[in-house]
Amino acid sequence: MVIFLQNLVNALQWGSFYALIALGYSMVYSILMLFNFAHGDIFMVGAYIGVGVSMALASLGAFAMPNWLILVLTILISMFLTSFVGMIVERVGYRPLRDAPRASAAITGLMIGIILETGNLALLGARRVSFPSLIATTTYDVGGVFVTNKKIMIVLVSFLLALALHQFVRRTKWGMAIRAMAFDVTVVPLMGVPLNTMISLTFALGSALAAAAGILFGIAYPVLDPYMGILFGWKAFVAAILGGRGSVMGATLAGFLLGFTEIFVAMIFPSTLRDLIAYSIILLILTFRPHGFFGEPYSARLRL
Amino acid sequence: MRKRSLVGVCVLLGFLAFFPSGWAQAQTIKIGINAELTGDIPKVGEGTKFAAQMWLEDVKAAGGLAVGGKKYPVELVIEDNESKAESAVKAATKMITEDGVLVMVGPQASKQAVPAGGIANNYKTPMISPWSTNPDTTKDRPYVFRACFLDPFQGPVLANFITTEFKFTKAAVLYDVASDYPKGLAEFFKMAWERLHGPGSVVAYESFTTKDTDFSSQLTKIKNSGAQVLFTPQYYNEVALIVQQAHQLGWKKPIVGSDSWGSAETVTLCGKDCYGLFFSTHYAAAGATGATKEFIIRYQRKHGYVPDDVAALTWDAMGLVQKAIQDTGGLTGDLKKDRENVRSAMGRIKNFKGITGDMTFSGGGDPTKCAVIVRISDKGEFEFYKAACP
Repeated sequence: MVIFLQNLVNALQWGSFYALIALGYSMVYSILMLFNFAHGDIFMVGAYIGVGVSMALASLGAFAMPNWLILVLTILISMFLTSFVGMIVERVGYRPLRDAPRASAAITGLMIGIILETGNLALLGARRVSFPSLIATTTYDVGGVFVTNKKIMIVLVSFLLALALHQFVRRTKWGMAIRAMAFDVTVVPLMGVPLNTMISLTFALGSALAAAAGILFGIAYPVLDPYMGILFGWKAFVAAILGGRGSVMGATLAGFLLGFTEIFVAMIFPSTLRDLIAYSIILLILTFRPHGFFGEPYSARLRL
Repeated sequence: MRKRSLVGVCVLLGFLAFFPSGWAQAQTIKIGINAELTGDIPKVGEGTKFAAQMWLEDVKAAGGLAVGGKKYPVELVIEDNESKAESAVKAATKMITEDGVLVMVGPQASKQAVPAGGIANNYKTPMISPWSTNPDTTKDRPYVFRACFLDPFQGPVLANFITTEFKFTKAAVLYDVASDYPKGLAEFFKMAWERLHGPGSVVAYESFTTKDTDFSSQLTKIKNSGAQVLFTPQYYNEVALIVQQAHQLGWKKPIVGSDSWGSAETVTLCGKDCYGLFFSTHYAAAGATGATKEFIIRYQRKHGYVPDDVAALTWDAMGLVQKAIQDTGGLTGDLKKDRENVRSAMGRIKNFKGITGDMTFSGGGDPTKCAVIVRISDKGEFEFYKAACP
């Protein structure tokens, strides 16, 4: 029982990252029918920006900010900065290809990913970067289940961000426009909705969430390298499909489900077979529910 | 009287050195240094050169190398192999066929040492690589030796160390199944541990794949398996993650690693979590004693930094070469015969006291030697803890 609960805690943390990244995939897909394959690398860029921002804030020692404030500011500033990376990627990589076949755009995404990875490599070298430990780790022993303050924070922040996005899409005028575009991208501009601005906004939102995931990742696993986003991007992509393309709730739930599957497969089976078994299970689910949990056949509407 | 004749011999030898005749060449002992002076790993070449030159200073101060009652002047033939396999082959061929070296020291890295070893073996010239840990360097090559231990050797050494130091009987292993070095070492450790404590004494044998960052599931398993120690032969980036996550899951028992931990980055990335942990390696600068300490002080005074394991192993390789030449009991002047004599003498070296440990060759080119167990101190330094033997 203790082992089960411990793994439940482990899985909640691990799933948080998948959920946050999958949201970005889903948002973009819902309005452009396009999987932004550079998204995993935007997650990586976000983590590196987080390192830069937190180091810059820490060096402004004159203000004598407490560490938790530095952390909150790091997350907010990095989300803001990374959203521009997302918008630039859209402007440079996807907008010129908006009317091109979707395959071309997907390939562009892969290339942008490679450019981001190797650009980072050229800029900072192959040395791994250590994420500054902004808050001291406190480990709590709850009846044999070990929980750290960082784990609690990561799960809470992820939930809050997913909830915030949900509310944004449901309650604001911008959110309504995004939903409308997901419904029909050709008619909506005729109603006076600025198409390019809305698409930029969607990319910005997705990238900001990826940046938050990157920083939380850096806090939990403080060793960053330029290729950290590739595998993560793929797996989060699987979560986006599993959740039902274009579904906010679905992406979040599927992200957590993916985390649970990986952790619990490793708990029951030999860890060597973890990904083999975990992703066979996912494949099996998709065989019976090809449109994911919240997906509808041949539709990409942003649903809630 | 005796002194005067010695001076006479020296003068005569010095005189003869100006005449590059075959006879005079045999009287000067030439040692080839095939080093990575430029290219990817210039620091390795630099350490090699500095250590070899320090050894030469000692020989010169003693008035030459005494072999069979005669003193011979020594000359180093230093060639750059540019950290490239083909240049290492070229350098080896040149020093063996043109310069007529008696012994070749280097190359250091396996990439260069494996092909250069083939050349040395073909020309029947003894070669010793101080640093190459790849089994292929010396495999089926009677003329090729090394001054370090092989990768697999650390498995039994660590199993013994943990058993005698902590009296533990149950161990856990966590390793990368997709990478040769950790996978091999994990297997060797498991074999050695089960030989000591019986089958099933490795209570958790968990793996992951390269690029994984979350080990919480594996570590939860390990923690609940009743293991008393965790062995993880990983590289520095994974070490930091594994150790931190283990501590966050409430693991308070020792974690032990192998020489892949021996990078300054380990402590940079891992921080305080790694303090007090142990790993095995070739040599440790902090906390060294005796001859090792003397070497470090001398090297540091001359070159301004603490010598790394390459320099220390090169120093030992030079010592082995010296011992092998002296053990031949006298040079014949025939380079071919002398090379053969040096080779068989080197293969017979027993209990050589090196600064990286005692070495014994018992057939084959790989020495039996002890590893050094390093403890990461509370200041994050790699501290000599004890020597550990298989």
